[in-house]
Amino acid sequence: MKFPTFNKGVHPSEHKEFTNTKSIEFMPAPEEVFIPVQQHIGAPDEPVIERRDEVKTGQVIGRSEKYVSSPVHSPVTGKVKKIDNFLHPMGSKVQMIQIQRTGDDDWDLLEHPDDWESASVDELRQLVWDAGIVGLGGAAFPTHVKLAPPEDKPVDSFILNGCECEPYLTSDHRAMVEMTDKILTGMSIIMKVLGVENGYIGIEDNKPDAVEAMHERVQKLDLNYQVMSLETKYPQGAEKMLIKSVLDRKVPAGGLPMDVGTVVNNVGTAMAVAEAVTEGKPLIQRVVTITGNGINEPKNVMARIGTPLQSLVDFAGGLADDTTQVFMGGPMMGMALYDLSVPVIKATSGIICTKDKSVKRMESYPCIQCGACVEACPMNLVPTRLAKFTENQQIEAMEQYQIDSCVECGSCAFVCPSHIPLVQWIRVGKYRVNESRNKQAA
Amino acid sequence: MTDENQKNREETEKPESTGPESDTNKSKQDSGSEAKKKGKSRKKEKAKKKSDDRSKLFQLDRQPFILAPSPHQYSEDSVPKIMWSVVGAVAPAAIMAVYYFGFPAVWMIFACMASALGTEALINRVKGEGYTIKDGSAAITGLLLALTLPPSFPVSGGIIGSVFAIAIGKQVFGGLGANIFNPALLGRAFLQASFPVAMTTWTAPNTAKFSTVDAVSAATPLGQFKFENIMTQYGDLLTGNIGGSLGETSAIAILLGGLYLLVKKYADWRIPASFLGSVFVLGGIFWLINPAQYPDPIFHLLSGGLMFGAFFMATDMVTSPITPKGAWIFGAGAGLILIVIRLYGGLPEGVMYSILLMNSFTPLINRYTRPKVFGEVRA
Repeated sequence: MKFPTFNKGVHPSEHKEFTNTKSIEFMPAPEEVFIPVQQHIGAPDEPVIERRDEVKTGQVIGRSEKYVSSPVHSPVTGKVKKIDNFLHPMGSKVQMIQIQRTGDDDWDLLEHPDDWESASVDELRQLVWDAGIVGLGGAAFPTHVKLAPPEDKPVDSFILNGCECEPYLTSDHRAMVEMTDKILTGMSIIMKVLGVENGYIGIEDNKPDAVEAMHERVQKLDLNYQVMSLETKYPQGAEKMLIKSVLDRKVPAGGLPMDVGTVVNNVGTAMAVAEAVTEGKPLIQRVVTITGNGINEPKNVMARIGTPLQSLVDFAGGLADDTTQVFMGGPMMGMALYDLSVPVIKATSGIICTKDKSVKRMESYPCIQCGACVEACPMNLVPTRLAKFTENQQIEAMEQYQIDSCVECGSCAFVCPSHIPLVQWIRVGKYRVNESRNKQAA
Repeated sequence: MTDENQKNREETEKPESTGPESDTNKSKQDSGSEAKKKGKSRKKEKAKKKSDDRSKLFQLDRQPFILAPSPHQYSEDSVPKIMWSVVGAVAPAAIMAVYYFGFPAVWMIFACMASALGTEALINRVKGEGYTIKDGSAAITGLLLALTLPPSFPVSGGIIGSVFAIAIGKQVFGGLGANIFNPALLGRAFLQASFPVAMTTWTAPNTAKFSTVDAVSAATPLGQFKFENIMTQYGDLLTGNIGGSLGETSAIAILLGGLYLLVKKYADWRIPASFLGSVFVLGGIFWLINPAQYPDPIFHLLSGGLMFGAFFMATDMVTSPITPKGAWIFGAGAGLILIVIRLYGGLPEGVMYSILLMNSFTPLINRYTRPKVFGEVRA
């Protein structure tokens, strides 16, 4: 069953065969963890413990007073070794809490209702907040904020995002196959909090077993959610594209999904919600796909937040000798890493290790006006012009050409035959535009 | 205090944890009078630590990872691949040129390509920017120019045209991607203005095989229709057994290469579609009004440089619009101008001018056909 897709987009080679049939392996808790106090969009947390404090698994270690924020919890039972600035996957140094594991898990669970169906919406939402749940699709937006749309933005539909459109990544795929019920519970809880009746599950058609599994369980559990198999095309998993494909609604430029009456959540997020509400477990672990031809044993791992990447890499058989690149996330939007001492954070959906020759430094030709980027951009922008405007510091032109609408999916740079780093130019452009706006506001 | 320092130093010298290095490991924070006391020994420790850190930085046990902004995966296409593919697509037409016109065609093609590449290499050297001839764009310009010339046109003229096409048609604008006009056509326009007679002297096929001296002159089908009211058979038009420029004669050879480019998406299909489509429709309208005076639309399609121009010249990426809507306008506009020239202009053929004129509109077309952004609310 095929459903309408969104306009444009690209078809990168999928490379999913490394891990798409590998069951999720639970990695034993590491000896040491490093928990950044900011793993989410919004205000950073303040540590609420001190050096040499003993902490239990799931205990709150960082919290913020602000609404748009999310607490962090200890993923192991141990002792706080140090609170300092450590290297973060994004490249800079960020405050992190270093904890040394001292033994097996001694859980500090959250207060949760025995039967969530009879719990109040506020209670459930508070639980989602206290559990430190953020969007696990990669953006890490605090979920409790997403689940509280303002009164003037009525929501009538919820879409569960099982697309996983980035090449290589299979964490959501395996979760849908192996932890179907938990995901559906999470979805039901979310829909209750939002007060919506229409539930959709969007899955790309390159995961027929996941579609099958979700469909079967939805039927068995007598839920009236619509499981939709969508055309495999990048970036189907981007919120705006997903809403267009599933509901044929266009989120207005500069707007949010709630502006068209929708809320979207990732499969992993739904799973975390289920665990928090039904078991009282805060978000301390997530499924990470460690893959690529540069890792010896590619696999899907349930890894604790804060696990140093080197430990994760060791768990997956270690790096191949001629690995040339390691990045966090997918190849289209992921962040290249230069140091494996950085930890797994809430937004880490995958770690890809490659030794492809194509990763070598590439020559950039001038723009030949081929229009491939225009044909690829799912947001209907003209990337080559935006890049040119950035180069020439034409701030007004960038705004006129709607540079803010760029979701930085990377489709344009992917197709460019001149190998121009279009997305990077656009990122610089956005920065310059914001800079000029701030200057004007001042 | 001493304990603290001691511990810090130990932590630095023996990094057992796989976690990231923290800030305090790298810098020493010390306060108060103790610092002054331990002045000298601290300095030594600091220096040793600095060199420790430094050496650790450069003593990697493996090659450093490549750092680049996302995306980290790319499509197979590249500029050289596209350009050389176009050369390949034009090859069938070039082969037919050699088949019908013999050695003169070989010399012309070779001379034009060589002088195009040579001119670009020379300019590269003068600019000091590294050689760009490998990307194949100069090669394609030379080849295309050669194929638009009459078979008996002197090779020296071809060389002059190529030099002009590259130097003035492309490099002066800023090189690849910066030119407004199709360089090969600009070269041809220059030759037309400079050598009007030689540029309109045509040869019958299969008569100039070994040298242009043996050539028997013949008018082109378009010229014959316009000035002598003689019609040419479709069969001859398709296979190329007619007078005309080197590359334009065999419609089948052109289609072969042209369709290859469309399938590979190296040429936007909308341009030949709208160019040929508008010529067909407008030509058809005139023919229906007065079939005695105006040729039928199929004749229009198959004669002259239209097929060659529609597939290989109008589709030049640099000089054609980047938006789909723009491509439609570009092709349709060229078709309109072409019909006007063919039916009402002084020349029997006008493909070159119709494309050059539309080239000048491309930046404007690009600006006004900017697509509506996803979710944009336009006032």
